Amino acid sequence: MGLFSGRKTVFVDSDVLVVGGGMAGCGATYESRYWGRDLKIVCVEKANIERSGAVAQGLYAINCYMGMQWDENQPEDHVRYARNDLMGLVREDLGYDIARHVDSTVHKFDEWGLPMMKDPDSGRYLREGKWQIMIHGESYKPIVAEAARKAATEVYNRVMVTHLLMDEAKPNRVAGAVGFNVRTGDFYVFRSKAVIVAAGGASHIFKPRAVGEGMGRTWYAPWSSASAYALPIMAGAKMTQMENRIVLTRFKDGYGPVGAYFLHLKTYTENAYGDEYESKWYEQTKELVGDYIDRQPVPTCLRNHAFLEETKAGRGPIRMVTKEAFQDPHKETVGWENFLGMTIGQAVVWASQNIDPKHINPELTTSEPYVMGSHATCSGAWASGPEDYAPAEYQWGYNRMMTVDGLFGAGDTIGGTAHKFSSGSYTEGRIAAKAAVNYVNDLKNDRVQVSEMQYQNLKEAIFQPLENYRVGRNEIVAGTVSPSYILPLNGLQRLEKIMDEYVGGISANYMTNDPMLTRGLELLDMLKEDLNHLAAEDLHQLQRAWELHHRVLASESVTHHTKFRTETRWPGYYYRGDHPKLDDTDWHCFTLSQYDAKSGEWTMEKAPVYHIVD
Amino acid sequence: MPTFVYMTRCDGCGHCVDICPSDIMHIDKTYRRAYNIEPNMCWECYSCVKACPQNAIDARGYADFAPLGHSVRALREEAKGTISWKIKFRDGREKDFVSPIRTTEWGSIPSPADLERPSAEAMKSQELAHEPDALKISGGLPTLRPDQLKREVV
Repeated sequence: MGLFSGRKTVFVDSDVLVVGGGMAGCGATYESRYWGRDLKIVCVEKANIERSGAVAQGLYAINCYMGMQWDENQPEDHVRYARNDLMGLVREDLGYDIARHVDSTVHKFDEWGLPMMKDPDSGRYLREGKWQIMIHGESYKPIVAEAARKAATEVYNRVMVTHLLMDEAKPNRVAGAVGFNVRTGDFYVFRSKAVIVAAGGASHIFKPRAVGEGMGRTWYAPWSSASAYALPIMAGAKMTQMENRIVLTRFKDGYGPVGAYFLHLKTYTENAYGDEYESKWYEQTKELVGDYIDRQPVPTCLRNHAFLEETKAGRGPIRMVTKEAFQDPHKETVGWENFLGMTIGQAVVWASQNIDPKHINPELTTSEPYVMGSHATCSGAWASGPEDYAPAEYQWGYNRMMTVDGLFGAGDTIGGTAHKFSSGSYTEGRIAAKAAVNYVNDLKNDRVQVSEMQYQNLKEAIFQPLENYRVGRNEIVAGTVSPSYILPLNGLQRLEKIMDEYVGGISANYMTNDPMLTRGLELLDMLKEDLNHLAAEDLHQLQRAWELHHRVLASESVTHHTKFRTETRWPGYYYRGDHPKLDDTDWHCFTLSQYDAKSGEWTMEKAPVYHIVD
Repeated sequence: MPTFVYMTRCDGCGHCVDICPSDIMHIDKTYRRAYNIEPNMCWECYSCVKACPQNAIDARGYADFAPLGHSVRALREEAKGTISWKIKFRDGREKDFVSPIRTTEWGSIPSPADLERPSAEAMKSQELAHEPDALKISGGLPTLRPDQLKREVV
């Protein structure tokens, strides 16, 4: 009888396995069933798909909608917009692909019952900005989850996927995934012909501004634990643009969104003395990035840059001028409902501090950095492009397949495709799913092979933190301090401190350089070793332990990428003090990395950028 | 504390435990009622508040930056298709808001399995489910020519 023989192992065989049931995962599940009528479609989620992922809380806008039916925008326009915002570097083939399909996604949401705001004059969806339409999206996620549940053969809630399985008959081919049920502790072995990773990006890899009770009020959800990256990285998939972390300018403390305020309510920012400040930093910014500062709209990172410089010059806090707009009762309602629909915590902060934006212009702040792939940033896996037009260098297989056979991705997982947001992530899930069904159909009777040794080794590793606690706790009287183990929160806080201080977090004013990154990597190495000594008192802590594993691996990737790109491409997101300027001669390219799980080595390379040229 | 649970209202039904995206609403073994086991991993997303049949869950803003005396209450009514909010400031001012949450019956979304089977030809096309109709444009799914993508700085 082995050590873990008492633990139940559940085997689930499927054709398409969707890892993560957020927006991208629900889109992938729905579309898999549409094209794969006779296939077994399984969706696995560490929480409950009814309220999981970044949209759990709801949304007040859909930020990616072309409006092709009214000729408002064409897919090319969105590609140019995303390219411009990301300082020239996006996968334009993938971005175009999302943009050409996204309207059909949004029209289905409308039909399914998502309340869309309409322009009373034109009858069209009410525009917040050029790309955004406004919704009453409190139940956005439950509606999308309903469609996914009806499509799936099975949905496994409360099962956290920790690793992917690899095929033993064919090299570099995925064969499924393993994980554990966070309620029962059962071990799960999912064997599948195709796997679509639709997991979440990364909050809590950099130290947040609030470190007490409020550490959970991060901009991106605290449950976004970098599984989007760690799962493909461990499987040897190539990653791209992992250095391209995002910093958000948001309302102070609650990180309430500013999009509707700027675009719809027409509020604007000023420094503490009531002055406009962005234009003051024009010449200085031009020195750093050249004519990228002249592009419209001004890239998100460069607006952050002006905010940071103005604050460093001692003229903070920067405020949002709301007092004028909020005299209009309609605009006041929109301003508040915007928070209640997607960032309730900001309403809580304002209520607690007696901030009524009708009478007080609220403070703004810049957030700690996040790593994700669907907002004004595009970290993620390197994926094959659409068959009908992607350049040969971007095409090696099925659409959205990574550099591992049978391994697909969508949403935060896929790199190079900024500004997809909720609707684009769902759409990318649909794109990946159709390709995955084609992949499965083309396999015919070629089945994946997974040895008992492969999953038994993983089983032992997965539950090790429970064992570490069981044994180690006898060494001490009580409390959390042990000479033999660290708890997941200890490890998380160490990670956040390393990333904050060495890789360009808030306490370093987003600054780093080669020596700092080198030291950061040394400390991350030691943290990785210490992860073998993580202890979990219960299954909840075991989930936290594996979330930490995923965050650490993603952070290591971020640090290697940041070190490799010897320029400052996105001032306002982060700065390389040793290479303070943008360098289009050497760095108008993507950065790619590949991790060797056996040796722990990272290999870096460059990949070309293809632009849609008129 | 972000969310907390009133002792006298909670009946231990576990709806909040089932729904919490952060896995932090658990049942206390002694009192058989729910509580927030890890307030610093709470996003104040209100999923538990909305799901509680007893209205037993509320939020108290994060102690790092939220002074006491406020409240933001939510009442989500699926049958009515609305969510109602009451915001109370520390100084006693109040604001109320009501929004729709859904325009169709719950459970009314058709399963894609019940739709007509796509053809083999459609399977190999670039179109996704419901396309091209759902795009609501004439001329079909837009595409690019491969020669429109080039390697040069723009």
